[in-house]
Amino acid sequence: MAIIQTTNLQYTFSKGPQLIFPSFQAEENSELLILGSSGTGKTTLLHLLAGLRKPNAGEVVVNGIRLSTLSGASLDRFRGKNIGVVFQTSHFVQSLSVIDNILLAPYFSNNKVSKSDAEKMLDRLNILSKKNKKTSTLSVGEQQRVAIARALLNNPSLILADEPTSALDDENAKDVLNLLREQTHALKAALLIVTHDNRLKEEVRQRIELTALKS
Amino acid sequence: MKIIFIAWKNCWQKAGATTLTLLLLSFGVGIISMMFLLENQLSDKFNKNIKDIDFVLGAKGSPLQLILANVYHIDAPTGNIKVSEAQKIIKNPTVKEAIPLAYGDNYEGWRIVGTTPRYAEFYEVKLKEGKVFETPFEVTVGSYAAKELGLKLGQTFKSNHGLDKEGEEEEGHDQLFTVVGIYEASGTVIDRLILTPVESIWEVHDHGDHEESGHAGIVSAEEHDAEHAHEDEHAHEADTLDNDHAHEDEHAEEEHAHEEDHEVTAYLLIKRLPMAPMILPQLVKNTNMQLALPAIEINRLNENFGIGMSVVKAVAILIMIISFLSVFISLYNALRERQYELAILRTLGGRRIQLFILILLEGFFMVALGLIIGLVLSRVGITLLSDMAKDSFHDEFNAMIFLPQEYYLVGITLGLGVVASLLPALRAFFMDISKTLSND
Ligand SMILES: Nc1ncnc2c1ncn2[C@@H]1O[C@H](COP(=O)(O)OP(=O)(O)OP(=O)(O)O)[C@@H](O)[C@H]1O
Ligand SMILES: [Mg+2]
Repeated sequence: MAIIQTTNLQYTFSKGPQLIFPSFQAEENSELLILGSSGTGKTTLLHLLAGLRKPNAGEVVVNGIRLSTLSGASLDRFRGKNIGVVFQTSHFVQSLSVIDNILLAPYFSNNKVSKSDAEKMLDRLNILSKKNKKTSTLSVGEQQRVAIARALLNNPSLILADEPTSALDDENAKDVLNLLREQTHALKAALLIVTHDNRLKEEVRQRIELTALKS
Repeated sequence: MKIIFIAWKNCWQKAGATTLTLLLLSFGVGIISMMFLLENQLSDKFNKNIKDIDFVLGAKGSPLQLILANVYHIDAPTGNIKVSEAQKIIKNPTVKEAIPLAYGDNYEGWRIVGTTPRYAEFYEVKLKEGKVFETPFEVTVGSYAAKELGLKLGQTFKSNHGLDKEGEEEEGHDQLFTVVGIYEASGTVIDRLILTPVESIWEVHDHGDHEESGHAGIVSAEEHDAEHAHEDEHAHEADTLDNDHAHEDEHAEEEHAHEEDHEVTAYLLIKRLPMAPMILPQLVKNTNMQLALPAIEINRLNENFGIGMSVVKAVAILIMIISFLSVFISLYNALRERQYELAILRTLGGRRIQLFILILLEGFFMVALGLIIGLVLSRVGITLLSDMAKDSFHDEFNAMIFLPQEYYLVGITLGLGVVASLLPALRAFFMDISKTLSND
């Protein structure tokens, strides 16, 4: 069974362009790049897939569940348990430390994840030494890795990443990609990466291109 | 981790940025609670001491001053009156009881009051140790005065002239007062007085010279240079006048002769018949005495005081309103910069209602913090005031009490804090997370 499947997704901004997305699906242990130049709707698609936005037409099915049938609190909870999202820009709760920030993920989705699991995750991303720091004191690359740790801590079956490597150097970009891949395999998850990072294009075969939008 | 933990952390994160809010709030709360404490304790003191005193008979002057000096012992007396002249009033059938008060001396700034044992009995003050004064130069000391002066049973001391400490060595009198008893704490004026038979005062100041009419109730310095010879003969003449005892009348006649010379500062009168207020004022006409009604004077004082208090309270309420606005504005503005972190919480599985509660809790904590600081401030304020009162009136305020009014203050403040954070919380509830997250 496909982890995620979309059909005829369309989204129209009230005072903006109408976006029409190609249908696709992703299986367990699969990686998929979503490519397209700026403004073609990559971020919008990601939000549709995560159930953060409702499409005007079409359907998103995650783990056999049509997102359109969920609403309110149950959608929030479903997302928390099944989907890990790494956003284009990382945001954190300013008042909390790195470790507390990533522990927010299991807390809000009611998942049982221990503090040592969280520390292991930070360790694998080479940021364990920063665990008690405030996120605002970290570099952009470190912040991005914290964001990834947070997205993966819940062991989601669908991992969505919006430009996860844009702020990273070659080495860290490779680490992050490897970590995302490792987790994907470990969790039998599907990995979708939105990017225009050429370094990733070389690594990942499967891809869909978003074309210039219609207006 | 809990929402409450995040809210707590956020509250402290913002504590720097919200110092002004906290300051305003704690001042507002502090002033109001201080007013409550003051009002409560002042009226408590006033009411306790006024008890059933219907009139104060004393020398002409400000009636309020007469009351303050003789009922509360905080102002200088208006002067002295002649015992003989007072007779026709205190013996009037409408008067049930008259308690004499004679000033003149102090010990280390604590007033020595010449009176009768009825004075303490009237306030229902019990003895803690020793006995009640009987003969001249025996004193029974109020609990607070005894504690502050470190007076023990059997101890003797010399008095100083006047009501204030400033009397120099040579102005002190030679007679030794002896502590024969110490009263129990009662919360009344007795606590801070040194009581002695009225004859002690007379003998100290003797009858060499007569004041025409009292000058500030303090027998002047020259007088006591005269010898203090006359003793016991007057020992009982100013005994509390109790018209219920028949034998008094016979004695009164004989004693008139001696009493002519003697003066007291005031008589506290308790009426027997309801028409006393109509009859007694007639009797003081054309004398240099006056009859003041404590209830009326204190009412007037309270009114003036009340106006002042109301003004202060109004200002404090205004400060609080501004601080609530400030809570609202700071939460609302913070939403803009915090919209991303709130959106992230939603992506992580946080429900709308959880964000709503988070913001409410933050407002609540902020207000609670201000509230606690305010209540502490008011206690500090009262303690300072109490120290001042201790210096000038030998009286103190209790800062460590919590009044019922303050429960309301706490409840209303916390409630308004929640109200002030309601709108920001609702905005967090209805936030469009996708829009927020794509606008970065
Ligand atoms: N709230 C909005 N209202 C109107 N138009 C919007 C809104 N958000 C995005 N758009 C438009 O929709 C289109 C797609 O936006 P989106 O953010 O998905 O692009 P993107 O492919 O992620 O671009 P980038 O690579 O720069 O991140 C853009 O043309 C953008 O201007
Ligand atoms: Mg984008």
